[in-house]
Amino acid sequence: MTNSEKNRIKDKAFQWFGITCTIIGLLVLAIFIGDIIAEGFARIDWKFLTSYPSKKPEKAGLYSAMMGTLWMLGLTAIIAIPLGIGAGIYFEEYAKKSRMANILEINLANLAGVPSIIYGLLGLEIFVRSMGMGTSLLAGACTLSLLILPIIIVSTREALRAVPNSIRQASYGMGANTWQTIWHQILPASMGGILTGIILSLSRAIGETAPLIVTGALAYVAFVPETPMDQYTVMPMQIFNWISRPQHGFQVNAAAGIIILLCITFLLNGIAVFLRNRWQKKVKW
Amino acid sequence: MEKLSIKDKKLEAIDLNVYYGDKQVLKNVNMAIKANTVTAFIGPSGCGKSTFLRTFNRMNDYVEGFRKEGDIIVDGKDIYQKMVRVEELRKKIGMVFQKPNPFPKSIFENVAYGLKIQGIKNKKLIEETVEKSLHQSALWEEVKDDLKKSALSLSGGQQQRLCIARALALEPSILLMDEPASALDPISTSKIEDLIYELKQKYTIVIVTHNMQQAGRISDNTAFFYMGDLVEYDETKKIFTNPEKERTQNYITGRFG
Amino acid sequence: MICAILTVLTTVGIIWVLFSESYTFFQQVSLWDFLTDTQWTPLFSDKHYGILPLLSGTLLTTGIAMVIAVPMGITIAMYLSEYAPKKFRYTVKPLLEILAAIPTVVYGFFALTVVTPFLQELIPGLSGFNALSAGLVMGIMIMPMVSSLSEDALYAVPKSLREGAYGMGSTRLQTSFRVILPAASSGIIVSVILAFARAVGETMIVAIAAGQQPILTGDPRSSVETITTYIVQVSSGDVQHGSLEYKTIFAAGITLFVFTFILNSVSFYIKKRFQEKYD
Repeated sequence: MTNSEKNRIKDKAFQWFGITCTIIGLLVLAIFIGDIIAEGFARIDWKFLTSYPSKKPEKAGLYSAMMGTLWMLGLTAIIAIPLGIGAGIYFEEYAKKSRMANILEINLANLAGVPSIIYGLLGLEIFVRSMGMGTSLLAGACTLSLLILPIIIVSTREALRAVPNSIRQASYGMGANTWQTIWHQILPASMGGILTGIILSLSRAIGETAPLIVTGALAYVAFVPETPMDQYTVMPMQIFNWISRPQHGFQVNAAAGIIILLCITFLLNGIAVFLRNRWQKKVKW
Repeated sequence: MEKLSIKDKKLEAIDLNVYYGDKQVLKNVNMAIKANTVTAFIGPSGCGKSTFLRTFNRMNDYVEGFRKEGDIIVDGKDIYQKMVRVEELRKKIGMVFQKPNPFPKSIFENVAYGLKIQGIKNKKLIEETVEKSLHQSALWEEVKDDLKKSALSLSGGQQQRLCIARALALEPSILLMDEPASALDPISTSKIEDLIYELKQKYTIVIVTHNMQQAGRISDNTAFFYMGDLVEYDETKKIFTNPEKERTQNYITGRFG
Repeated sequence: MICAILTVLTTVGIIWVLFSESYTFFQQVSLWDFLTDTQWTPLFSDKHYGILPLLSGTLLTTGIAMVIAVPMGITIAMYLSEYAPKKFRYTVKPLLEILAAIPTVVYGFFALTVVTPFLQELIPGLSGFNALSAGLVMGIMIMPMVSSLSEDALYAVPKSLREGAYGMGSTRLQTSFRVILPAASSGIIVSVILAFARAVGETMIVAIAAGQQPILTGDPRSSVETITTYIVQVSSGDVQHGSLEYKTIFAAGITLFVFTFILNSVSFYIKKRFQEKYD
């Protein structure tokens, strides 16, 4: 066999190998989803969605967890969004190429890579203990906010970067100062990208379990929180708890809970992707 | 221009029409190139000369929407037939690009690459071939002391000569050069022109160039393209002193460009 | 401006918290013991404080995950970047993004209820909680990360290099592996390091499927506990604030932090230093 023929065969072989790997990856995804739906779909009914947890799997429901998640989502959004956008704007529009800015950059990159559970430890010490928030929604929300802050900052920066300089020049040329330029020109232009980043980060926040376990989300909550200082549970936490129980009925509950969680996650991600596509189409400068 | 007998034709295009999607970029091109000559393709930007060059080694296959009608014959064979192995074709035809594109490897590895992908493992043979190629491309003296140095550390002109050596290592019979000196300074350019003149003895060279003086200096025959048409193809001397077509005359004298 | 300072405060906060709690911990437990004792039993009556079992649990599950994720991820990236037709790429990429968006607790569920029973059929004597299931599923979870970052790196290689290689008659395989891959190597290495760091810090998959027994072992079939699982275990239980047991989670946490910090810094450095190649 000539060398050239050998090469051709190797080339084809890799092509098949590549397709196979890709298909395996997607197949696994399909099996996951299929299995979870098979296990849990039947369990979902109105009762499930509106009951509190219980020692008996048939009676246990997702209500308190869903409410907790909603609360958590809201609080985290309120805290993280302004802070994240603010920091992003600062990094992109104000900070000069100084040593300070460099340090901040490195810092940000590191924070993005810190495991979520470490954020939990941070939250435990500072929010729960030192600041006296106790194991409350607020403590959890502050912790999650810190966690998703790097994501919001990075996507804000990218969105701001995508706005061409000519717009800034035009605005400054007319005598506007930095803040006016940002507020009237740049932010509106980059809003699509920023929004995408926010939604993606919130979607991430919903699925986080570890940091909340450490900051004291409860496993068994038979009430709905009414103030940010109340104790709480969230969906992933509830699911985790159900998984840890031996009875099979709880596994089914877990599967059902997962379906709900996945629906919400995919919905949010889908909206984000849709927004991203629309925004990219609009921004054909 | 003398009519070539079949066995003299090294490269030939017959009734060639090329399309990128709906846009036609080459119209009815007919041309035959003799072995061991230097042929220059000239014409304004976008006239199709690069596209035409690339039909000879099927580099256009990678362009989306590429479609052709007509035939391209190399060494008597239609190279667009289904059974033709593109990799084999490209070992017989070397290509040098406008912007030097050495691989991010050492000088030695760059030139040896072509041999290695053919499966040649004999170290001595590889070393000899690398040295020979670098001699041929007039780069040996400048790099012989450190072949392990990264190719990216060379100057633009040196990098381009390295790319030529790389192409020569495969001992092709045809060299296609797509504006090889346009990204280089005048001194490097003249070195490359001298090189082409030397190489003519062993290789058939086709060179696309924007620089008419260059075409006048180094080529035996010249083809003038305009908006996808092959307007005139003849001995270089004739094209530059007494062209038949008025458009050629206008281009040569710089009336448009 | 304040917002940006906040990010620095966060880092400072993390370091301060971890250090201060660990400091008092290390006043009671010697650093040497911590690093070399082969048992981790702070919650039992016979107390040992060696981090090695937890470390081995973390590294074992991470190792298995990397064995899955890296070859698969790079192959997929290579295939999508150099071989696949546009339409294929267009449909597959979002699907891979979906894999990456799934919350880890869901992966944990899958590991426990599907992968483990499946493996138990293949490997007799496989305990219900084991490192293998968790590692495999973790590998699937981080694979999209490897493939996406690698693909970005491959994409950044200029077209002219591909033209040069094809122009010389290389096959796609030769071009991809002999020219493009080396040219993108810094980006790919970064993707591997980041994936490793991600796997090390992963909590839920291992907490659910790998077990809660800190054993110093290299056997993937056994039940292991990772650093992250331990922290979860203690946080879910009743441990007195201020007690030595409480401080153990910070000692474990600081180990984890140092690990991932080094990994992230190295990858940041590589990215900065080697990325200037193609401008």
